[in-house]
Amino acid sequence: MSTVQKQKLAVIGNGMAGIRTIEELLKIAPDKYEITVFGTEPHPNYNRILLSPVLAGEQTIKDIVLNDWDWYKDNGINLITGKTITEIHRTRRELTTASGEKHNYDRLLIATGSNPFILPIEGKNLPGVISYRDIADTEAMIDAAKIYKNAVVIGGGLLGLEAANGLKLRGMDVTVVHVMPWLMERQLDEKAGKLLQASLEAKGITFKMQAQTEALIAGESGRVAALRFKTGEQIPADIVVMAVGIRPNTALAEKSGLQVSARPGGIIVNDTMQTLTDPRIYSVGECVNHRGTAYGLVAPLFEMAKVCANHLAEYGIGRYVGSVTSTKLKVTGVDLFSAGNFQGGEGFEDIVLSDPMGGVYKRLVVKDDKLVGACLYGDTVDGSWYFKLLREGKNVAEIRDQLMFGESNIGDVGHEGNTRAVTMKDTDEVCGCNGVCKGTITKAIKEKGLFTLDEVRKHTKASSSCGSCTGLVEQLLMFTAGGDYSATPKMKPMCACTDSTHQHTRDAIREQKLLSVPEVMKTLGWRTPNGCSSCRPAINYYLLSTWPKEYVDDPQSRYINERAHANIQKDGTFSVIPRMWGGETTADELRRIANAVDKYKIPTVKVTGGQRIDLLGVKKEDLPAVWKDIGMPSGHAYAKALRTVKTCVGSEWCRFGTQDSTQMGKDLERAMWRMYAPHKVKYAVSGCPRNCAEAGIKDVGIIGVDSGWELYVAGNGGIKTEVAQFFVKVKTSDEVLEYTGAFIQLYREEGWYLERTVHYVSRVGLDYCKKKVVDDAVNRKALWERLQFALDGEPDPWFEFDKARVDTRQFIPIKPIAADTVATV
Amino acid sequence: MSAIETEMSWRYVCKLDDLPVLGARVLERNETEGGNVAVFRNSEDVVFALLDKCPHKGGPLSQGIVFGERVACPLHNWSIELKSGEAVAPDVGCTKRFPVKVDGEDVFVDLR
Repeated sequence: MSTVQKQKLAVIGNGMAGIRTIEELLKIAPDKYEITVFGTEPHPNYNRILLSPVLAGEQTIKDIVLNDWDWYKDNGINLITGKTITEIHRTRRELTTASGEKHNYDRLLIATGSNPFILPIEGKNLPGVISYRDIADTEAMIDAAKIYKNAVVIGGGLLGLEAANGLKLRGMDVTVVHVMPWLMERQLDEKAGKLLQASLEAKGITFKMQAQTEALIAGESGRVAALRFKTGEQIPADIVVMAVGIRPNTALAEKSGLQVSARPGGIIVNDTMQTLTDPRIYSVGECVNHRGTAYGLVAPLFEMAKVCANHLAEYGIGRYVGSVTSTKLKVTGVDLFSAGNFQGGEGFEDIVLSDPMGGVYKRLVVKDDKLVGACLYGDTVDGSWYFKLLREGKNVAEIRDQLMFGESNIGDVGHEGNTRAVTMKDTDEVCGCNGVCKGTITKAIKEKGLFTLDEVRKHTKASSSCGSCTGLVEQLLMFTAGGDYSATPKMKPMCACTDSTHQHTRDAIREQKLLSVPEVMKTLGWRTPNGCSSCRPAINYYLLSTWPKEYVDDPQSRYINERAHANIQKDGTFSVIPRMWGGETTADELRRIANAVDKYKIPTVKVTGGQRIDLLGVKKEDLPAVWKDIGMPSGHAYAKALRTVKTCVGSEWCRFGTQDSTQMGKDLERAMWRMYAPHKVKYAVSGCPRNCAEAGIKDVGIIGVDSGWELYVAGNGGIKTEVAQFFVKVKTSDEVLEYTGAFIQLYREEGWYLERTVHYVSRVGLDYCKKKVVDDAVNRKALWERLQFALDGEPDPWFEFDKARVDTRQFIPIKPIAADTVATV
Repeated sequence: MSAIETEMSWRYVCKLDDLPVLGARVLERNETEGGNVAVFRNSEDVVFALLDKCPHKGGPLSQGIVFGERVACPLHNWSIELKSGEAVAPDVGCTKRFPVKVDGEDVFVDLR
């Protein structure tokens, strides 16, 4: 592509929001624009959140640079630092710098961030009075601490306290002046605010609360020397840091006629991040006002950046719909976290744990069975977990009584929860699946400037397999990358190919009756020609489960196991597990298995946990012959489908048995087999409450009692053990079939791909499932009928190759032939 | 016929339609010859050949899901560029690639 055709994109503002947008844009449309970036500060883009650790002496300026000079050069970006744009001539599409240079644009991105608010008091312009916003301010504080003794910070908010902490660590006597009754009143409730004050006082910081500053007084040298309160009291001050808030920096936009909000300020943008006034001009970051909110944290900026880049690239999809934000104070030794509406109020319910002596305070705010706010002090281990619950709007009714005790108590972390990410050693393993240590993760976060969980997963593989260490990795991100680490949008896209979520994709397939993978991708604006290994299997399943008998299965959109109908092993061989109804077998079957093991030299024979036999190390080309020789149905042990129905011997043999659990299991398995699902599905049936079939950790567990059957759902024995929840009690075995079948069909129709029943149920709530299946008889019967309709006539892929669309060519390797024997080249 | 082409040592593999669209077949070779080769066909009917071993842990790439000009290894989901054999960043590694020629319906690979 020649440079002549490129459009010109100008970016005003060389900060985190603007550059993040450029990074996102370069990822999807690297050649679209000739990009020029204007920055007032003489630095490349750095992580402003980490100025506090720099002030505290824990990091250096060099550590916090996100994009060095070379990055701009390597990406062909024209970076002009130290120049301020003073005018935007919108009709001429021309920018003017303070020194009079002109620059044209086709599209403009305004990312001017925010300005510190300066109190309109006497002496505000004296030397030694600074704000806390950029590298220059930080350096001014570091220099002052070398010479002077008394520091005053006006403002007891996040920034003010971080400044106070840093100055204290650099040896100054620090007084924080705050006009409100407690600290960080926008992020903390009174109790937590008071606890915070006590712990900072213990660090040697002095507080003047509910104190109003009247004037700053100059000393003999002309530099600030004291601060006078309205009460007349005066305290010495060699440096005064004003940290009383920020205001969106909109002066330039206002001057150029762009619509700006009066309160809370900000350039008004729509959901595509275009300014309301001029569609050629986009704006992101702290300078914007989106749906009445101006954000001052990094996570929303990143969400905006992504949407903005998408529209700059003319993909035209993706909307920014606002963010839920969380806060974390970066003062070493003080643990504090807040998110959402933690103040509560009428119609809100509070769950509070208060231990002032132990220095722990936690407040959770719940509304309509959903967590809407959290304020944690002293123990913030579960901050990221609460934030996740909050963002996803999960129903917490069932975990409410344990909510306060955190994720580890629910059994989620898999690390006993007491290993706090911060106290872990660098050599401690965080991700057991991929063998990733803490040091590797923090190093990657620092060196590669990672901000999101997805980025850490990509670069380190940590938490990318089973996901049980996700909480720990999020904490590491929090501590390493800065406070509000999370750029996870409220609605997560399926994968990098699209902005469509799983739910959105499912809905579109149903509502618009989409009937093929390419049709789905075209309708929903996929960015890639044929998706990836993550989205294609999901779409294939959604089509299959939504339009049974109409949709034609696409084997090439399935993972190899479901294409070869066997389970791939680390050496490229496969395992074969034939179906044994309810775990019962016969001498004939065992003989055929034994013969096949000998004939095909199968190295390992193992009994599985699901009461079947696993033949491991079968060569791919032998698979069809092994299936044929064994002559038993496919066990689907390789598929996201019904796996096994585990049973105990039941009333037929057992002296304690109250029900014929084996027969029940066999009936269930015959009714449900060949059933594909969002993830694997396991059943178990026990004949009495002794529960020898371990029904309590299955997707569907059935326990026979004297008067009938108790049904349990959403158990899981895998990554994290989840006890199945009581669903309903029924009398007859027909009811067992109908109720559990209906529950599973609900999951098949609504579950997201790779979501186990436990995750599905925790997302929609057990009450919802009961309403659909237990309370509503008509709906239950309809669900059960739809499942039977879907399964009726489904082929056994081990025997009905054509019907199951098994490409048998895959079992025949090709032998290369010397070309000259075939054709002359 | 160009000079370069005469220096190639083409081996006949199969007809184009013997390869599944967005799929692969295995070209069998002894370990002494260097092991199996995976021959891929994408949705644009472009054919690629790579050593059937993922640079990560030797997974059989022929069994992976093909998308765009990449294949996802079935063992640990590394993405490999079909054109170059290079692992997609941030993963690092490269598997051997072999020149491919499609002449009408016939697919040839130079296995040297």
